Amino acid sequence: MGRGPLRIAATAVLGLSGCVALAACGDGNAVQGNREVAGGEAARGKAILTANTHGCGGCHTIPGIPNAHGTVGPPLHGMALRGYVAGRLPNDPGNLVRWISGPQEIDPRSAMPDTGITTAEAAHVAAYLYTLRDIPK
Amino acid sequence: MRTRALGAVLVKGGLVGGLAGCGGTQSALDPRGPAAATIADFSWILFAGAAVIFIGTMALAAYGVLLPDRTKGVPPIRFILWGGLVFPGVTLLVLTVATAMVGNAVDFRTHPEEPLRVTVVGNMFWWEVVYPDLPGGPLVTANELRIPVGRPVEVTVTTRDVIHSFWVPALHGKMDLIPGRMNRITLIASEPAILRGQCAEFCGEQHAWMALFVVALDPAEFDGWIARQQAVPEPPDPADEQLVRGRTAFLEAGCGTCHVIRGLAEGPYAAVGQLGPDLTHVGSRLSIGAGVLPNGVGPLAAWIAGVQDIKSGARMPSYSTLDGETLTALARYLESLK
Repeated sequence: MGRGPLRIAATAVLGLSGCVALAACGDGNAVQGNREVAGGEAARGKAILTANTHGCGGCHTIPGIPNAHGTVGPPLHGMALRGYVAGRLPNDPGNLVRWISGPQEIDPRSAMPDTGITTAEAAHVAAYLYTLRDIPK
Repeated sequence: MRTRALGAVLVKGGLVGGLAGCGGTQSALDPRGPAAATIADFSWILFAGAAVIFIGTMALAAYGVLLPDRTKGVPPIRFILWGGLVFPGVTLLVLTVATAMVGNAVDFRTHPEEPLRVTVVGNMFWWEVVYPDLPGGPLVTANELRIPVGRPVEVTVTTRDVIHSFWVPALHGKMDLIPGRMNRITLIASEPAILRGQCAEFCGEQHAWMALFVVALDPAEFDGWIARQQAVPEPPDPADEQLVRGRTAFLEAGCGTCHVIRGLAEGPYAAVGQLGPDLTHVGSRLSIGAGVLPNGVGPLAAWIAGVQDIKSGARMPSYSTLDGETLTALARYLESLK
Protein backbone atom coordinates (compact mmCIF):
# COMPACT_ATOMS: atom_id res chain seq x y z
CA MET A 1 0.00 0.00 0.00
CA GLY A 2 2.99 2.26 0.63
CA ARG A 3 3.70 2.23 -3.06
CA GLY A 4 0.17 3.42 -3.81
CA PRO A 5 0.83 7.15 -4.18
CA LEU A 6 3.95 6.47 -6.25
CA ARG A 7 2.06 4.19 -8.57
CA ILE A 8 -0.71 6.72 -8.95
CA ALA A 9 1.82 9.44 -9.71
CA ALA A 10 3.62 7.23 -12.24
CA THR A 11 0.33 6.32 -13.91
CA ALA A 12 -0.64 9.96 -14.02
CA VAL A 13 2.67 10.93 -15.61
CA LEU A 14 2.41 8.14 -18.15
CA GLY A 15 -1.18 9.00 -18.86
CA LEU A 16 -0.42 12.68 -19.27
CA SER A 17 2.52 12.12 -21.58
CA GLY A 18 0.30 9.78 -23.57
CA CYS A 19 -2.30 12.53 -23.87
CA VAL A 20 0.31 15.03 -24.99
CA ALA A 21 1.68 12.59 -27.56
CA LEU A 22 -1.81 11.85 -28.81
CA ALA A 23 -2.66 15.52 -28.96
CA ALA A 24 0.42 16.13 -31.06
CA CYS A 25 -0.46 13.23 -33.35
CA GLY A 26 -4.14 14.18 -33.51
CA ASP A 27 -3.16 17.51 -34.97
CA GLY A 28 -1.77 16.01 -38.12
CA ASN A 29 -1.76 19.46 -39.66
CA ALA A 30 0.98 20.79 -37.41
CA VAL A 31 2.02 24.34 -38.22
CA GLN A 32 5.73 24.82 -38.70
CA GLY A 33 7.13 28.23 -37.97
CA ASN A 34 5.64 31.59 -37.22
CA ARG A 35 2.10 32.32 -38.36
CA GLU A 36 1.54 35.56 -36.44
CA VAL A 37 1.14 38.47 -38.84
CA ALA A 38 2.12 41.77 -37.26
CA GLY A 39 -0.74 44.25 -37.68
CA GLY A 40 -2.97 41.65 -39.30
CA GLU A 41 -6.52 40.97 -38.16
CA ALA A 42 -8.11 37.85 -39.58
CA ALA A 43 -11.65 39.29 -39.39
CA ARG A 44 -10.66 42.34 -41.42
CA GLY A 45 -8.86 40.11 -43.90
CA LYS A 46 -12.01 38.07 -44.30
CA ALA A 47 -14.00 41.25 -44.94
CA ILE A 48 -11.53 42.37 -47.62
CA LEU A 49 -11.70 38.98 -49.34
CA THR A 50 -15.49 38.91 -49.12
CA ALA A 51 -15.80 42.39 -50.66
CA ASN A 52 -13.50 41.09 -53.42
CA THR A 53 -12.18 44.61 -53.94
CA HIS A 54 -8.95 43.30 -55.42
CA GLY A 55 -10.47 40.34 -57.23
CA CYS A 56 -8.71 37.66 -55.13
CA GLY A 57 -11.66 35.28 -55.27
CA GLY A 58 -11.80 35.59 -59.04
CA CYS A 59 -8.64 33.50 -59.32
CA HIS A 60 -8.42 31.63 -56.02
CA THR A 61 -10.74 29.27 -54.25
CA ILE A 62 -10.63 30.53 -50.67
CA PRO A 63 -12.34 28.52 -47.91
CA GLY A 64 -14.87 30.57 -45.96
CA ILE A 65 -15.23 33.27 -48.60
CA PRO A 66 -18.50 33.35 -50.57
CA ASN A 67 -18.04 33.45 -54.35
CA ALA A 68 -14.30 32.77 -54.11
CA HIS A 69 -14.31 29.75 -56.42
CA GLY A 70 -11.62 30.74 -58.93
CA THR A 71 -9.53 28.11 -60.65
CA VAL A 72 -7.05 30.47 -62.32
CA GLY A 73 -4.58 30.35 -59.42
CA PRO A 74 -4.01 27.75 -56.69
CA PRO A 75 -6.68 27.11 -54.07
CA LEU A 76 -5.72 28.58 -50.71
CA HIS A 77 -6.78 25.71 -48.44
CA GLY A 78 -4.40 25.07 -45.57
CA MET A 79 -2.31 28.21 -46.09
CA ALA A 80 -1.18 27.93 -42.46
CA LEU A 81 0.53 24.64 -43.35
CA ARG A 82 2.10 25.36 -46.72
CA GLY A 83 5.85 25.15 -46.97
CA TYR A 84 6.30 27.71 -49.72
CA VAL A 85 4.52 30.76 -51.08
CA ALA A 86 4.39 31.10 -54.87
CA GLY A 87 6.66 28.10 -55.14
CA ARG A 88 9.72 30.08 -54.09
CA LEU A 89 9.38 31.95 -50.80
CA PRO A 90 9.42 30.12 -47.45
CA ASN A 91 5.94 30.54 -46.00
CA ASP A 92 6.31 33.08 -43.22
CA PRO A 93 4.28 36.20 -42.46
CA GLY A 94 6.77 38.62 -44.00
CA ASN A 95 6.99 36.69 -47.26
CA LEU A 96 3.26 36.09 -47.51
CA VAL A 97 2.48 39.78 -47.03
CA ARG A 98 5.18 40.72 -49.56
CA TRP A 99 3.78 38.29 -52.08
CA ILE A 100 0.17 39.42 -51.67
CA SER A 101 1.02 43.12 -51.89
CA GLY A 102 3.59 42.97 -54.69
CA PRO A 103 3.90 39.65 -56.51
CA GLN A 104 5.41 41.25 -59.62
CA GLU A 105 8.48 42.45 -57.72
CA ILE A 106 9.14 38.89 -56.57
CA ASP A 107 8.23 37.11 -59.80
CA PRO A 108 7.64 39.25 -62.88
CA ARG A 109 6.61 36.17 -64.82
CA SER A 110 3.81 35.30 -62.44
CA ALA A 111 0.24 35.52 -63.65
CA MET A 112 -0.61 37.21 -60.37
CA PRO A 113 -0.71 40.96 -60.90
CA ASP A 114 0.02 43.76 -58.47
CA THR A 115 -3.58 44.43 -57.56
CA GLY A 116 -2.98 47.70 -55.74
CA ILE A 117 -3.73 46.12 -52.36
CA THR A 118 -1.93 48.01 -49.58
CA THR A 119 0.58 46.37 -47.24
CA ALA A 120 -1.81 46.92 -44.34
CA GLU A 121 -4.65 45.20 -46.20
CA ALA A 122 -2.28 42.41 -47.26
CA ALA A 123 -1.40 41.84 -43.59
CA HIS A 124 -5.10 41.41 -42.75
CA VAL A 125 -5.56 39.02 -45.66
CA ALA A 126 -2.46 37.04 -44.62
CA ALA A 127 -3.82 36.82 -41.06
CA TYR A 128 -7.03 35.35 -42.44
CA LEU A 129 -5.18 32.90 -44.69
CA TYR A 130 -3.23 31.69 -41.64
CA THR A 131 -6.50 30.64 -40.05
CA LEU A 132 -6.91 28.09 -42.87
CA ARG A 133 -5.61 24.73 -41.71
CA ASP A 134 -7.87 22.23 -43.44
CA ILE A 135 -6.69 20.43 -46.53
CA PRO A 136 -9.38 18.47 -48.36
CA LYS A 137 -8.47 14.80 -48.08
CA MET B 1 -9.18 56.04 -56.69
CA ARG B 2 -12.24 57.33 -54.89
CA THR B 3 -14.58 56.06 -57.57
CA ARG B 4 -12.74 52.74 -57.48
CA ALA B 5 -13.39 52.31 -53.78
CA LEU B 6 -16.96 53.38 -54.41
CA GLY B 7 -17.25 50.75 -57.11
CA ALA B 8 -16.18 48.07 -54.67
CA VAL B 9 -18.66 49.29 -52.10
CA LEU B 10 -21.36 49.28 -54.76
CA VAL B 11 -20.68 45.86 -56.10
CA LYS B 12 -20.82 44.56 -52.56
CA GLY B 13 -23.67 46.91 -51.67
CA GLY B 14 -25.61 45.58 -54.63
CA LEU B 15 -25.47 42.16 -53.05
CA VAL B 16 -26.28 43.21 -49.54
CA GLY B 17 -28.59 46.08 -50.47
CA GLY B 18 -30.44 43.88 -52.94
CA LEU B 19 -31.27 41.52 -50.11
CA ALA B 20 -32.07 44.23 -47.58
CA GLY B 21 -34.35 45.67 -50.22
CA CYS B 22 -35.58 48.85 -48.61
CA GLY B 23 -32.72 51.31 -49.00
CA GLY B 24 -29.54 52.11 -50.80
CA THR B 25 -28.76 52.09 -54.47
CA GLN B 26 -31.37 49.74 -55.86
CA SER B 27 -34.70 50.36 -54.20
CA ALA B 28 -38.05 51.59 -55.46
CA LEU B 29 -38.72 52.73 -51.90
CA ASP B 30 -35.67 55.02 -51.88
CA PRO B 31 -36.49 57.15 -54.95
CA ARG B 32 -33.92 59.52 -56.50
CA GLY B 33 -36.11 60.93 -59.24
CA PRO B 34 -39.62 62.34 -59.69
CA ALA B 35 -41.03 59.26 -61.45
CA ALA B 36 -39.85 56.83 -58.80
CA ALA B 37 -41.01 59.26 -56.08
CA THR B 38 -44.53 59.38 -57.55
CA ILE B 39 -44.59 55.60 -57.88
CA ALA B 40 -43.32 55.17 -54.30
CA ASP B 41 -45.93 57.61 -52.91
CA PHE B 42 -48.70 55.81 -54.76
CA SER B 43 -47.39 52.46 -53.53
CA TRP B 44 -47.55 53.67 -49.93
CA ILE B 45 -51.18 54.77 -50.44
CA LEU B 46 -51.94 51.32 -51.84
CA PHE B 47 -50.18 49.57 -48.93
CA ALA B 48 -52.01 51.70 -46.37
CA GLY B 49 -55.39 51.30 -48.09
CA ALA B 50 -54.92 47.54 -48.41
CA ALA B 51 -53.97 47.36 -44.73
CA VAL B 52 -57.10 49.30 -43.66
CA ILE B 53 -59.37 47.12 -45.83
CA PHE B 54 -57.71 43.92 -44.60
CA ILE B 55 -58.04 44.90 -40.95
CA GLY B 56 -61.64 46.05 -41.48
CA THR B 57 -62.59 42.78 -43.16
CA MET B 58 -60.95 40.71 -40.44
CA ALA B 59 -62.68 42.80 -37.75
CA LEU B 60 -66.07 42.21 -39.37
CA ALA B 61 -65.33 38.48 -39.65
CA ALA B 62 -64.32 38.34 -35.99
CA TYR B 63 -67.44 40.25 -35.02
CA GLY B 64 -69.62 37.79 -36.92
CA VAL B 65 -67.93 34.74 -35.40
CA LEU B 66 -67.68 36.01 -31.81
CA LEU B 67 -71.05 37.75 -31.55
CA PRO B 68 -73.37 35.74 -33.81
CA ASP B 69 -76.49 37.02 -32.01
CA ARG B 70 -75.74 40.64 -32.90
CA THR B 71 -75.29 39.93 -36.61
CA LYS B 72 -78.01 37.32 -37.05
CA GLY B 73 -80.56 39.94 -37.99
CA VAL B 74 -78.51 41.45 -40.84
CA PRO B 75 -79.65 40.07 -44.21
CA PRO B 76 -76.69 38.53 -46.14
CA ILE B 77 -77.74 40.26 -49.33
CA ARG B 78 -76.89 43.62 -47.76
CA PHE B 79 -73.29 42.48 -47.08
CA ILE B 80 -72.92 41.10 -50.57
CA LEU B 81 -74.36 44.22 -52.18
CA TRP B 82 -72.39 46.83 -50.21
CA GLY B 83 -69.30 44.90 -49.19
CA GLY B 84 -68.95 42.67 -52.24
CA LEU B 85 -70.06 44.92 -55.10
CA VAL B 86 -70.40 48.61 -54.26
CA PHE B 87 -67.28 49.01 -52.11
CA PRO B 88 -64.84 47.05 -54.35
CA GLY B 89 -66.42 48.58 -57.45
CA VAL B 90 -65.93 52.15 -56.25
CA THR B 91 -62.44 51.39 -54.87
CA LEU B 92 -61.25 49.75 -58.09
CA LEU B 93 -62.72 52.54 -60.19
CA VAL B 94 -60.88 55.16 -58.13
CA LEU B 95 -57.66 53.12 -58.33
CA THR B 96 -57.99 52.71 -62.10
CA VAL B 97 -58.27 56.46 -62.55
CA ALA B 98 -55.44 57.07 -60.04
CA THR B 99 -53.19 54.53 -61.79
CA ALA B 100 -53.79 56.22 -65.14
CA MET B 101 -52.97 59.58 -63.56
CA VAL B 102 -49.76 58.21 -62.01
CA GLY B 103 -48.89 56.68 -65.38
CA ASN B 104 -49.28 60.08 -67.00
CA ALA B 105 -47.35 61.84 -64.26
CA VAL B 106 -44.32 59.60 -64.69
CA ASP B 107 -44.34 59.78 -68.48
CA PHE B 108 -41.93 62.58 -69.35
CA ARG B 109 -42.39 62.39 -73.14
CA THR B 110 -44.09 65.76 -73.10
CA HIS B 111 -41.43 67.34 -70.87
CA PRO B 112 -40.63 70.82 -72.24
CA GLU B 113 -36.88 70.30 -72.02
CA GLU B 114 -35.12 68.57 -74.92
CA PRO B 115 -34.10 65.13 -73.62
CA LEU B 116 -30.66 63.56 -73.80
CA ARG B 117 -31.08 60.53 -76.03
CA VAL B 118 -29.49 57.22 -75.06
CA THR B 119 -29.89 53.75 -76.51
CA VAL B 120 -29.48 50.75 -74.24
CA VAL B 121 -29.02 47.42 -76.00
CA GLY B 122 -29.45 44.20 -74.01
CA ASN B 123 -27.05 41.32 -74.55
CA MET B 124 -26.67 38.03 -72.72
CA PHE B 125 -25.53 39.19 -70.08
CA TRP B 126 -24.50 42.83 -70.30
CA TRP B 127 -25.73 46.22 -71.44
CA GLU B 128 -24.44 48.29 -74.31
CA VAL B 129 -24.99 52.01 -73.77
CA VAL B 130 -24.95 54.36 -76.78
CA TYR B 131 -25.21 58.16 -76.80
CA PRO B 132 -26.15 58.63 -80.48
CA ASP B 133 -26.49 62.39 -80.86
CA LEU B 134 -23.73 64.09 -78.94
CA PRO B 135 -22.13 67.17 -80.51
CA GLY B 136 -18.78 65.34 -80.72
CA GLY B 137 -20.25 62.25 -82.41
CA PRO B 138 -21.77 59.06 -81.01
CA LEU B 139 -20.31 57.45 -77.91
CA VAL B 140 -20.49 53.76 -77.05
CA THR B 141 -19.84 52.37 -73.60
CA ALA B 142 -21.11 49.47 -71.52
CA ASN B 143 -22.77 48.55 -68.25
CA GLU B 144 -22.78 52.11 -67.04
CA LEU B 145 -25.30 54.82 -67.87
CA ARG B 146 -24.11 58.28 -66.86
CA ILE B 147 -26.76 61.00 -66.98
CA PRO B 148 -26.97 64.69 -66.06
CA VAL B 149 -29.04 65.54 -63.00
CA GLY B 150 -32.35 67.28 -63.72
CA ARG B 151 -32.45 66.74 -67.48
CA PRO B 152 -34.83 64.21 -68.99
CA VAL B 153 -33.01 61.24 -70.49
CA GLU B 154 -34.92 59.34 -73.15
CA VAL B 155 -33.69 55.77 -73.01
CA THR B 156 -34.51 53.70 -76.08
CA VAL B 157 -34.19 50.05 -75.21
CA THR B 158 -33.80 47.10 -77.51
CA THR B 159 -32.00 43.75 -77.52
CA ARG B 160 -29.60 41.70 -79.66
CA ASP B 161 -30.80 38.36 -78.39
CA VAL B 162 -33.59 37.45 -75.96
CA ILE B 163 -36.07 39.58 -74.03
CA HIS B 164 -34.53 41.54 -71.17
CA SER B 165 -36.00 44.26 -69.00
CA PHE B 166 -34.38 47.56 -68.05
CA TRP B 167 -35.09 48.47 -64.45
CA VAL B 168 -33.50 51.15 -62.32
CA PRO B 169 -35.85 51.03 -59.33
CA ALA B 170 -34.66 54.29 -57.78
CA LEU B 171 -35.54 56.20 -60.98
CA HIS B 172 -38.51 54.57 -62.70
CA GLY B 173 -40.47 51.42 -63.44
CA LYS B 174 -39.44 48.63 -65.78
CA MET B 175 -39.26 48.71 -69.56
CA ASP B 176 -38.91 45.50 -71.55
CA LEU B 177 -36.26 45.03 -74.23
CA ILE B 178 -38.03 43.21 -77.05
CA PRO B 179 -36.22 41.83 -80.12
CA GLY B 180 -36.98 43.99 -83.15
CA ARG B 181 -38.66 46.73 -81.13
CA MET B 182 -37.52 50.06 -79.78
CA ASN B 183 -39.22 50.80 -76.46
CA ARG B 184 -38.74 54.12 -74.74
CA ILE B 185 -38.65 55.25 -71.15
CA THR B 186 -37.67 58.72 -70.00
CA LEU B 187 -35.72 59.04 -66.76
CA ILE B 188 -35.02 62.08 -64.64
CA ALA B 189 -32.59 61.96 -61.71
CA SER B 190 -33.18 64.65 -59.12
CA GLU B 191 -29.81 64.43 -57.34
CA PRO B 192 -26.28 63.19 -57.98
CA ALA B 193 -26.21 59.50 -57.13
CA ILE B 194 -24.78 56.15 -58.08
CA LEU B 195 -27.63 53.71 -58.56
CA ARG B 196 -27.83 50.09 -59.51
CA GLY B 197 -30.14 48.74 -62.16
CA GLN B 198 -30.84 45.15 -62.97
CA CYS B 199 -32.23 43.02 -65.77
CA ALA B 200 -35.77 42.32 -64.64
CA GLU B 201 -36.80 39.64 -67.14
CA PHE B 202 -35.21 36.22 -66.78
CA CYS B 203 -32.85 35.94 -69.74
CA GLY B 204 -30.59 32.96 -69.08
CA GLU B 205 -28.14 31.54 -66.60
CA GLN B 206 -26.40 34.83 -65.73
CA HIS B 207 -29.56 36.92 -65.57
CA ALA B 208 -28.88 37.69 -61.91
CA TRP B 209 -25.47 39.18 -62.78
CA MET B 210 -26.76 41.42 -65.54
CA ALA B 211 -26.47 44.65 -63.61
CA LEU B 212 -26.04 48.22 -64.74
CA PHE B 213 -24.87 51.24 -62.81
CA VAL B 214 -26.59 54.57 -63.35
CA VAL B 215 -24.43 57.52 -62.35
CA ALA B 216 -26.29 60.82 -62.11
CA LEU B 217 -23.82 63.71 -62.33
CA ASP B 218 -24.02 67.48 -62.12
CA PRO B 219 -24.39 68.74 -65.71
CA ALA B 220 -20.87 70.26 -65.82
CA GLU B 221 -19.37 67.04 -64.49
CA PHE B 222 -21.40 65.09 -67.02
CA ASP B 223 -20.04 67.19 -69.90
CA GLY B 224 -16.50 66.60 -68.61
CA TRP B 225 -17.14 62.86 -68.48
CA ILE B 226 -18.49 62.85 -72.06
CA ALA B 227 -15.42 64.74 -73.28
CA ARG B 228 -13.08 62.27 -71.58
CA GLN B 229 -15.00 59.29 -72.94
CA GLN B 230 -15.01 60.68 -76.47
CA ALA B 231 -11.26 61.13 -76.45
CA VAL B 232 -9.25 58.35 -78.08
CA PRO B 233 -6.92 56.88 -75.44
CA GLU B 234 -3.25 57.82 -75.80
CA PRO B 235 -0.96 54.89 -76.63
CA PRO B 236 1.01 53.80 -73.56
CA ASP B 237 4.31 55.47 -72.72
CA PRO B 238 6.97 53.46 -74.64
CA ALA B 239 9.10 53.44 -71.48
CA ASP B 240 6.45 51.38 -69.68
CA GLU B 241 7.24 48.02 -71.19
CA GLN B 242 4.47 46.21 -69.36
CA LEU B 243 1.77 48.52 -70.73
CA VAL B 244 3.18 48.29 -74.25
CA ARG B 245 3.21 44.53 -73.92
CA GLY B 246 -0.39 44.59 -72.69
CA ARG B 247 -1.49 46.63 -75.68
CA THR B 248 0.25 44.26 -78.10
CA ALA B 249 -1.19 41.26 -76.28
CA PHE B 250 -4.71 42.66 -76.62
CA LEU B 251 -4.30 42.69 -80.39
CA GLU B 252 -2.34 39.46 -80.77
CA ALA B 253 -4.56 37.38 -78.50
CA GLY B 254 -7.51 38.32 -80.68
CA CYS B 255 -9.38 40.40 -78.11
CA GLY B 256 -10.12 42.92 -80.86
CA THR B 257 -12.25 40.36 -82.66
CA CYS B 258 -14.98 40.87 -80.09
CA HIS B 259 -14.09 44.19 -78.44
CA VAL B 260 -13.60 47.74 -79.59
CA ILE B 261 -10.82 49.96 -78.28
CA ARG B 262 -11.07 53.10 -80.37
CA GLY B 263 -7.85 53.98 -82.14
CA LEU B 264 -6.20 50.63 -81.42
CA ALA B 265 -4.87 49.00 -84.59
CA GLU B 266 -1.49 47.72 -85.67
CA GLY B 267 -0.42 45.70 -88.68
CA PRO B 268 -3.13 43.15 -89.47
CA TYR B 269 -4.84 43.65 -86.09
CA ALA B 270 -7.55 46.09 -85.09
CA ALA B 271 -9.80 46.28 -82.04
CA VAL B 272 -13.09 46.64 -83.85
CA GLY B 273 -15.17 43.61 -82.79
CA GLN B 274 -18.85 44.11 -82.11
CA LEU B 275 -19.67 41.02 -80.03
CA GLY B 276 -18.55 42.17 -76.58
CA PRO B 277 -18.56 45.43 -74.64
CA ASP B 278 -16.62 48.44 -75.97
CA LEU B 279 -13.47 48.65 -73.83
CA THR B 280 -12.18 52.06 -74.96
CA HIS B 281 -12.30 53.45 -71.42
CA VAL B 282 -12.89 50.27 -69.44
CA GLY B 283 -10.51 51.45 -66.69
CA SER B 284 -12.88 54.31 -65.85
CA ARG B 285 -15.86 52.08 -65.09
CA LEU B 286 -17.16 51.21 -61.66
CA SER B 287 -17.34 47.48 -62.25
CA ILE B 288 -16.48 44.78 -64.74
CA GLY B 289 -18.57 41.92 -66.04
CA ALA B 290 -21.83 43.93 -65.68
CA GLY B 291 -21.50 44.32 -61.92
CA VAL B 292 -19.96 40.97 -61.02
CA LEU B 293 -16.58 42.37 -59.85
CA PRO B 294 -15.28 45.77 -58.86
CA ASN B 295 -12.84 47.28 -61.34
CA GLY B 296 -9.06 46.98 -60.90
CA VAL B 297 -5.98 45.16 -62.15
CA GLY B 298 -6.68 42.11 -59.98
CA PRO B 299 -10.31 41.67 -60.99
CA LEU B 300 -9.46 42.31 -64.66
CA ALA B 301 -6.78 39.60 -64.64
CA ALA B 302 -9.17 37.26 -62.85
CA TRP B 303 -11.88 38.03 -65.37
CA ILE B 304 -9.68 37.48 -68.45
CA ALA B 305 -8.26 34.18 -67.19
CA GLY B 306 -11.33 32.91 -65.38
CA VAL B 307 -14.49 34.38 -66.89
CA GLN B 308 -16.18 31.02 -66.80
CA ASP B 309 -15.42 30.60 -63.07
CA ILE B 310 -16.78 34.04 -62.31
CA LYS B 311 -19.74 34.22 -64.69
CA SER B 312 -20.24 30.87 -66.33
CA GLY B 313 -22.31 31.15 -69.45
CA ALA B 314 -20.95 34.58 -70.35
CA ARG B 315 -20.11 34.65 -74.04
CA MET B 316 -16.36 35.09 -73.41
CA PRO B 317 -14.04 32.10 -72.96
CA SER B 318 -11.52 31.95 -70.09
CA TYR B 319 -8.12 32.98 -71.43
CA SER B 320 -5.98 31.01 -69.00
CA THR B 321 -3.90 30.04 -72.04
CA LEU B 322 -2.07 33.37 -71.81
CA ASP B 323 1.27 33.16 -70.00
CA GLY B 324 1.56 34.95 -66.70
CA GLU B 325 3.48 37.97 -67.94
CA THR B 326 1.02 38.51 -70.77
CA LEU B 327 -1.98 38.20 -68.49
CA THR B 328 -0.72 40.73 -65.95
CA ALA B 329 0.37 43.10 -68.72
CA LEU B 330 -3.04 42.87 -70.36
CA ALA B 331 -4.84 43.52 -67.10
CA ARG B 332 -2.66 46.55 -66.38
CA TYR B 333 -3.15 47.89 -69.90
CA LEU B 334 -6.95 47.64 -69.65
CA GLU B 335 -6.91 49.25 -66.22
CA SER B 336 -4.89 52.13 -67.67
CA LEU B 337 -7.68 52.96 -70.14
CA LYS B 338 -9.31 55.61 -67.99
